[in-house]
Amino acid sequence: MDMVVKEKAKSILDQYKYKPGPDKESTHYCPGCGHGNVHKMIGEAVDELGVADRAVLMSPVGCSVFAYYYFNMGHIQVAHGRAPAAATGVKRAQPHTIVMSYQGDGDLAAIGGNNILQAANRGENMTVFFINNAIYGMTGGQMAPTTLLGQRTSTTPRGRTRANEGFPIRVCELLASLEAPVYLERVALIDPKTTAKARKAIKKAIQMQVEGRGFSLVEILSPCPTGWKLSPPDSREWITKNMLPVFPLGVYRDRSKEELPPVEEPKLETVAEALGIQTGEAATIPKPSAPLRETVRMKVAGFGGQGILFLGEVLAEAGMQAGHRVTWLPSYGPEMRGGTANCHVVISSERIGSPTVSLPNVLVAMNRPSYERFVNDVIDNGMLLYDSSLIEGVPVPERLRSYAIPATQIADSIGNTRVANVVMLGAYLGITGIFDREQALNALRLHIRRTQLLDLNEKALDAGMKAASPKK
Amino acid sequence: MARKLMKGNKAVIMGAILADCRAYFGYPITPASEIAETAALYFPPLGRTFLQAESEVAAINMVYGAAATGVRAMTASSGPGISLKQEGISYSAGAELPIVVVDIVRGGPGLGNIAPEQGDYFQVVKGGGHGNYRNIVLSPNCAQEMCDLTILAFELADKYRNPAVILADGYIGQMMEPVDLSIREIWKPEKPWAVDGTSRTQGNLVSSIHLSAEELEVHVEHLFKKYQTVQANEVRYEEYRTEDADVILIGYGVVSRIVLSAVDAARKKGVRVGMIRPITLWPFPTDIIRKRAESVEEFIVAELSTGQLIEDVRLAVEGRKPVRLFRRTGGMVPSAEEIVSILEVREGVA
Repeated sequence: MDMVVKEKAKSILDQYKYKPGPDKESTHYCPGCGHGNVHKMIGEAVDELGVADRAVLMSPVGCSVFAYYYFNMGHIQVAHGRAPAAATGVKRAQPHTIVMSYQGDGDLAAIGGNNILQAANRGENMTVFFINNAIYGMTGGQMAPTTLLGQRTSTTPRGRTRANEGFPIRVCELLASLEAPVYLERVALIDPKTTAKARKAIKKAIQMQVEGRGFSLVEILSPCPTGWKLSPPDSREWITKNMLPVFPLGVYRDRSKEELPPVEEPKLETVAEALGIQTGEAATIPKPSAPLRETVRMKVAGFGGQGILFLGEVLAEAGMQAGHRVTWLPSYGPEMRGGTANCHVVISSERIGSPTVSLPNVLVAMNRPSYERFVNDVIDNGMLLYDSSLIEGVPVPERLRSYAIPATQIADSIGNTRVANVVMLGAYLGITGIFDREQALNALRLHIRRTQLLDLNEKALDAGMKAASPKK
Repeated sequence: MARKLMKGNKAVIMGAILADCRAYFGYPITPASEIAETAALYFPPLGRTFLQAESEVAAINMVYGAAATGVRAMTASSGPGISLKQEGISYSAGAELPIVVVDIVRGGPGLGNIAPEQGDYFQVVKGGGHGNYRNIVLSPNCAQEMCDLTILAFELADKYRNPAVILADGYIGQMMEPVDLSIREIWKPEKPWAVDGTSRTQGNLVSSIHLSAEELEVHVEHLFKKYQTVQANEVRYEEYRTEDADVILIGYGVVSRIVLSAVDAARKKGVRVGMIRPITLWPFPTDIIRKRAESVEEFIVAELSTGQLIEDVRLAVEGRKPVRLFRRTGGMVPSAEEIVSILEVREGVA
């Protein structure tokens, strides 16, 4: 059908080395199939643009699964429908590549529907060749998302119906509803005139990528004589008669003339900078201090929002800075968003086994439900700190060393209920002397995200340390 | 060098950065999301790629594409997401692409819950996707190992051109511990097989398709031989107080931490008990378990699953000694005391 005789494209191989069997010169496609024509056009376009060495062709699942037989390019064969995702990986990892995904209708519009939609929507700088032949050719002629109403396939033996399978999907129109794509065109392989347009569109779609413009897709209505059970000439007529009314040819998006925004070179960090790794003498590994008398196995519990996890985190940080071994384990997930929160903190001079504290030797209870839930787990002669502003009139077990700290009241008096947790931290330090004020402040500094709150937290810490007095 | 208090999930990305991972593609899921969030924070200023994909399936295929170009690339998720990624993991194994996947296991099956479990052992250690392949599976039990084993995962993935998976539970991901970070020497091989858009690799093919039976069998045998090499060379485990042990507890991840405490506590009570902790779940530390089977009275496998790890232990023990199962599931994590109590009810032990 294509009467223009050109020299074979250089980016099409002379010998199809990956093709099995003795015949390394003819394609595996059926007579009259559109794939051969499209391959040829891609080869010519890549030659003309001089990008064969940078080209990466994503071969899909479908008849064109073996597209890699034919091109002298880089080839990545991908899972069914995933070419746009894999191509995204290629392009993001190696922006200089010219990435082309070559996909059939089942691959692109059915199983890979979301992948193409999202790659188009991100405006990936890639080129998609979408072969629409309204059928699954490779697997024996099943229905595709682009199968026409009434069209018989092996899985629509009585013809596709709107009631059972719905309408064919129009990919160009669908993608044209998105902002990002820069070039969308539907072409057809019917006669020399439409074929010439197809050739032009294919080259333009690659050109757009070379210029760094973004996502391009060319939809090619392509004959499948075997799948349609028609002769090659009848197949081309079938496109005209049946496909064109449903899939009108034309340009659906063209931003080839728009001015490109300037590319900014970002200022990059080094790994050492990013990770805060000091090198050489300035290495910051805390020196181990005197061993602890006993391992702290603490549970901190209260309402979500009371800063329970934060309290534990600061203690663990202080422990680490003092050269001890520490673990901090939160209750995580939905529990954090309302309801109760608790965390387990272990501070030890020995290697820490279990990070879960089932039998704590310190319980910090910030509300009544937590108190009631955990107080009986504390080991004999263990330490109990509770917020006596919120937990009143509870029986305090004689077997524990108990400290009633009106943490919420104290926090209110210094201006913010929310620092009750740090008041409690101060109280714990005041009672135990496990870390000094400076160590605690250092840990606070490392974990407070809003630095303007540091003064308030310092006040809360001091108030807590002052308030620590035994009550039995 | 610096010591920092951080979650295991964050430590994974610290390791990835140190290992020169160039691209992260992920999808949010509890309890793994901090991995993606940390990558989102750290990767772009380093000139590396972070992209939140439209789905788990897309994420793993993006990793596939990036890895095919020769860069180090990774993704992370939790059980339900790993189920979806199995397609891409199988394709990567088939195409011999080095990729790194992290699974922060939550409770299952189905939606389950977000609490720690180890129910993904089969799907990660035994393959999970279709076809004859193996993942190299590393199982950290602390934040430091989340960093260090991530680096090792990249090295092993490259060395064997195979997926390497970090299998950790929700607690190992969510727990904060000190992590020592230092710029270290990272082993990175040349990748002449890659498709990187240069004339050097023009004509290269990354593919998992082998249409003829003869050809596919050759490929599968090639993979099989590679897996034998991995089994011969890459087994890693930790032994704790096993020399004179009558009982050996076997567990990985957070369970191994609890078991360690249980071993110490039981030893104080006079029970001669030790621990073997597999660090590589595949290749499995079969030989050491077989060797210890000569001297111990029994093994107890502790897992947060209903008898998955125990199958590999039984294969190693080959019926020579009893192998008991201690299990909790649904997000219930045993205390060390609970494990000590099952040791005390051993026959002949008070």
